[in-house]
Amino acid sequence: MMTTLTKNPAARSDQRAVRSGRIRRGSLRRYGDLKIALFFIAPAMIGFVLFYVVPTIRGIYLSFTEYNILGDPEWVGLDNYAAIAKDPLFWNSLAVTGQYVLMNIVLQTALALGLALLMDRVAKSTLVRGALLLPYLMSNVIAALLWFWMLDYQIGIVNQFIEWAGLPRVAFFGSEEWAIPTQALINTWRHMGYTALLIFAGLQAIPQHLYEVAKLDGASPFQTFRKITMPLLRPVLVLVLVVTVIGSFQVFDTVAVTTQGGPVNATRVIQYYIYQRAFTESDFGYGSAIAVILFLILALVAFIQMKFLKGNESDLD
Amino acid sequence: MKKSLGTVAVAAAMALSLSACGGSGSSAESAKGEVSYWLWDANQLPAYQQCADDFTKANPDIKVKITQRGWDDYWSTLTNGFVGGTAPDVFTNHLGRYGELAENKQLLPIDDAVKKDNVDLAAYNEGLADLWVGQDGKRYGLPKDWDTIGLFYNKAMLTKAGISEDQMKNLTWNPQDGGTYEKVIAHLTVDKSGKRGDEAGFDKNNVAVYGLGLNGGGDSSGQTEWSYFANTTGWSHTDKNPWGTHYNYDDPKFQSSIDWFAGLVKKGYMPKLESTVGAAMADTFAAGKSAINAHGSWMIGQYTGYKGIEVGIAPTPTGPEGKRASMFNGLADSIWAGTKKKDAAIKWVEYLASAPCQDVVASKAVVFPALKASSDKASAAFKAKGVDVTAFTEQVKNKTTFLYPITDNTAKVKGIMEPAMDAVVSGKQPASSLTEANNQVNALFK
Repeated sequence: MMTTLTKNPAARSDQRAVRSGRIRRGSLRRYGDLKIALFFIAPAMIGFVLFYVVPTIRGIYLSFTEYNILGDPEWVGLDNYAAIAKDPLFWNSLAVTGQYVLMNIVLQTALALGLALLMDRVAKSTLVRGALLLPYLMSNVIAALLWFWMLDYQIGIVNQFIEWAGLPRVAFFGSEEWAIPTQALINTWRHMGYTALLIFAGLQAIPQHLYEVAKLDGASPFQTFRKITMPLLRPVLVLVLVVTVIGSFQVFDTVAVTTQGGPVNATRVIQYYIYQRAFTESDFGYGSAIAVILFLILALVAFIQMKFLKGNESDLD
Repeated sequence: MKKSLGTVAVAAAMALSLSACGGSGSSAESAKGEVSYWLWDANQLPAYQQCADDFTKANPDIKVKITQRGWDDYWSTLTNGFVGGTAPDVFTNHLGRYGELAENKQLLPIDDAVKKDNVDLAAYNEGLADLWVGQDGKRYGLPKDWDTIGLFYNKAMLTKAGISEDQMKNLTWNPQDGGTYEKVIAHLTVDKSGKRGDEAGFDKNNVAVYGLGLNGGGDSSGQTEWSYFANTTGWSHTDKNPWGTHYNYDDPKFQSSIDWFAGLVKKGYMPKLESTVGAAMADTFAAGKSAINAHGSWMIGQYTGYKGIEVGIAPTPTGPEGKRASMFNGLADSIWAGTKKKDAAIKWVEYLASAPCQDVVASKAVVFPALKASSDKASAAFKAKGVDVTAFTEQVKNKTTFLYPITDNTAKVKGIMEPAMDAVVSGKQPASSLTEANNQVNALFK
C-alpha cells in the first residue's frame, strides 16, 4: 500500500505538507475521525485482540515453559527449542508438510487457473460457476471422511473399480507412499473451485480493451495469455498463493480424521504433531514451541513470496 | 492451535474463579441433586442407564445424568472439562490414564468412604481393586469390569479346513516356528485359486482369506495384537507393574516374538498393515476375509452378533513356558476432584461397584463385571445367549493373566511406540529397531 501511495506525486507533496505543518487543520480533522474510526474498528479489534493477539502472546510465553495444562506452567527457558532441534519427528513433520504443500499448491493453482480461464471464456452460466464451489462448501471433515470411505482398501468403491480394471488394489491411506499424495489430492479437490473463483475475479479486472488491441496486432491466444493475462493477473495470483500456501501448511483436519499421522510417520504433518504433543501427550509447552516455529516459518514464506513475486505492485499503471 | 489455546486460557481463568468461590465441603448440598456420569462404550449404556434409574429409585434426592462419548473424543473432552470446570462428577476411568490424572490432582481419593461404608474389596476378582491404588497409596476408583483376550474363529472355515475345535483349544506357540498356532493359521489361509497357505504353489500376493486378522501395530501395549503371545515367553512390558519405571522393548524375547508376528505378513498369512487403515478388523472378519481374530472380551457381542456367521471362541495359545497369557485390563469409576456433589458422587460410585448394579450389567451379557459373583452371572447370561465364554474366564481362573502396564507418561510412550511398531509390522524395519525406541521411552523416566 505504501509504495503505491508514494508513487503518487500528489500524495508525496501531501506528506511533505504534513511534515512542514502547513495543513494542520486537515490533520486535526483527521484526528477528529479517529474516534469514529475506532468505534467502527472496535468489534473486529476486540475479536482480534482477544482471540489472536492474546493467545499468540500466551502461546509464545508457553513455548518457554513446561506445561501439562492441569498444573502450572514452569519456566524452562529455551529447553523446548533445544529439544525440538534434536527431535527427528519434528524434522520429519517439516519434510512431510513440505511434500504436502508442494503437491497441493502446484496442482491446485494450475487447476484453478485453468478453471478460472474456462469460467471467464466458456462456462458463463452461473449454475456451472456455482457448481465449481460445491466441494468448498462442504466441511473439511465431511470431505475427508467421504474420500476415506470411497478410497478404503477393503470396501471402497474406487478400489472396486481398480480391481475391475484388472489392477491391484491401492492402499490410498494405508501405504506410506500414497498417504500424503492422497491427502494432497483430496484438499486440492476441495479447494480448487474456491481458488478458481479468486483468480476468476482477477481475470475480470483485466481491462477488455487490452485483449482487443492484442487481437488487432495479430497475437496468438498463447501469446495473449503469456504477455497480457499472466502479468496483469500477477498481484491476484500472488495473493492467492500467499493465502493458499499458509492454509496448506496448516493442514490438520484431513489427517486427524483419516490417518492420524500414520502409517508410521508418513502423514505426521506439523499441525498434527503439535496437536499430538499438546493435547494427546499433555505437553503444551513443547507443542506451543513448535507452533511458534511454524508461525515464524509462515511469516518468512509470506514475506519471501510478497518480496520476490512483487505481489504489492501492479503492472496496470 | 493458537485459537484453542486461547479458549483454554479463558476456560482456565473461569475455572480458577469458579473454584475460588466454590469450595468443596461435605454439606447437605453435596449429597443431593444431579450427578453427571460419563462412559465411552455405547454397548454398555443401556445397562448403566438401568443402574441409574434403580439408584434414583432408592435415593430420590439424587439424579444421575449419563453421557456417552466415543473413545476417540473421550479423553480430550475430559481434559478440557477438568480445565474448564465442566468435567463430570463421576466417569469411567482407564488404567492407562489414571496415573497421570491422579498425579495432577484431578481425582478424588475415596479411601475414607470405602472404609466408612465397609466396601468389601475382596469380593472383586483378584487384583482388580489393587490396580486403583495410586503411587501415593491412595485409592482413586472402585472396579467395575474386566477383560481378557481370546481367539474368535469362523467355525465354517475351520470345518472346511478339517481343524477341530479341540485343536483350537489346545494351540501351542513359540517365537521360532510359531508352533501349532502358526500351522493352523497357515492352513486356514486360502489364496484366490483355492490353495491353502501350507500347500505348494500358494500365492501369497493374492490371498482371499487370511488365517489371522490384523488390528494394527499394537503401539505400546499390544493388548489384542501381540501381548497374548509375547508375554508367554516370560517377557513383560515393564520392570514391575503397576508403576514400573523401565520398559523392556529391547528384550530379545520380545523382539523375536515381534519378528515372528511381522513374519506372518511376509508369508501372506496375515493382511498387510497398510490394508488395515479404515475398515475395522471385526468387520473384515464378518466379511469372510480372516479366519481367526485375536480380540478382547468386550468384543463378544459384536463378533457373535454378525448374521450368517458361526463364531467360536478359543483361549490364546500356550507359550514356551507351558502357560497361556492374556492381558487383564480393568475399568473403574472415579470421581473428579472438582465435583460439587461429593457425597452424592461417592454414593453413586459405590452403587456402581455393588452387586445390584453389577448384576444388572451381568444380565445384559456385554462385559464381565468386576465382582466375582457378578462375573459368574455374566457367564451364565452369555451361555443363555448361546455363547461359551470360558476362553476368557479360564485365563482368570488359571491365573494366566498379566496386568495392563501402568506407568507414568503412558501417552508419550504410546506416541513413541506407535510409529515404531507400525514400522516393524509393516516390514519397513527389523524388530531390533525397537531397541532405539525403547531408549527413547526409558529416557522419559529419567
